[in-house]
Amino acid sequence: MALMATTQLLLAGAKKAIPIVLGYLPLGFAYGALASIAGISLSLIVMMSLLVFAGSAQFITVSMLAAGAGSASIVATVFLVNLRHLLMSASMATYLPQFPRRLLPLLAFWLTDENYAVACCELRESEKSHLYMLGLFGTAYGGWVAGSVLGGLLGGFFTSPSALMTMEYALYAMFIFLLVIQCTERKLLFAACVSGALSLLFYLTIPGSWYIMLAAVCTATMGVMAEKWKSSQS
Amino acid sequence: MEELTILIFAMAAVTYLPRFLPMYVLSRLEIPKAFILWLRYIPVAVLAALIVPGITTVERQVHISLGNSYFFASIIAFLVAWRSKNMMLTVTVGMGVVFLLQWFPFC
Repeated sequence: MALMATTQLLLAGAKKAIPIVLGYLPLGFAYGALASIAGISLSLIVMMSLLVFAGSAQFITVSMLAAGAGSASIVATVFLVNLRHLLMSASMATYLPQFPRRLLPLLAFWLTDENYAVACCELRESEKSHLYMLGLFGTAYGGWVAGSVLGGLLGGFFTSPSALMTMEYALYAMFIFLLVIQCTERKLLFAACVSGALSLLFYLTIPGSWYIMLAAVCTATMGVMAEKWKSSQS
Repeated sequence: MEELTILIFAMAAVTYLPRFLPMYVLSRLEIPKAFILWLRYIPVAVLAALIVPGITTVERQVHISLGNSYFFASIIAFLVAWRSKNMMLTVTVGMGVVFLLQWFPFC
């Protein structure tokens, strides 16, 4: 059985990653192109994608390097931008008993916004094998790295903003789909509305990328408080 | 170039820690009930927090009109997702709307 079943599970996971790849290819391409225009060598462009694997942080790094920023300020910024993953990592922990412990370090390395969004949706639906998760996360990672390589190679010659913009929309369409199918209870639908409104408010008023984390933390806290209050009423 | 290599390693480290530590720590502890209840809200809250600013703003300014193709496409994508419960269809239709608005701008 082993080999057939293994391949099938990996492929099933990989298939779920198609929308992520559709978004990662053009984003990775844009990152690679901007980095090569900023004078970063192809090997370092690819190395950053391989080791860091964080879109927004890599974009910020390229623009900071181009502006002549120092390494310490870049590392501090990257740290702050990626702190939002603390929440996603904590939330993933509730599904972990299904997976072999030795895979935790790898699954954590691949924890991006998009991978998290698809993974927790899939895991909420039913138990998934670790191979399925590896197929899903690994394919998304491959898409990001491939996009960066292409961007680093061709970026100077070819850029079509409208084509990139169309492809990048894949990620938002995917987020919308995942949100819609996860709002199975009235309280979750309500939480989504509250979080969206708060996020927009914070995005417009607080610099940086705190808005995602702040909105989610406030919303979850209010949700739990509302549930407590309701149960104390009855 | 040597300096850039070190920078990339440092970036990798500070990116990895917040991805790994909560998962690692919580997987060794019994997670308190109240915290699990709290974590149940996180996926929808994070998704909504990612979506709304992304589709309603351009360069950190609210921009809601047909000229913002992401906003218009998102309304359609929402309807398709809700009626069809099909991810690839949602993504394809959403991208199609953005594409059309790029080539045939209405404003």
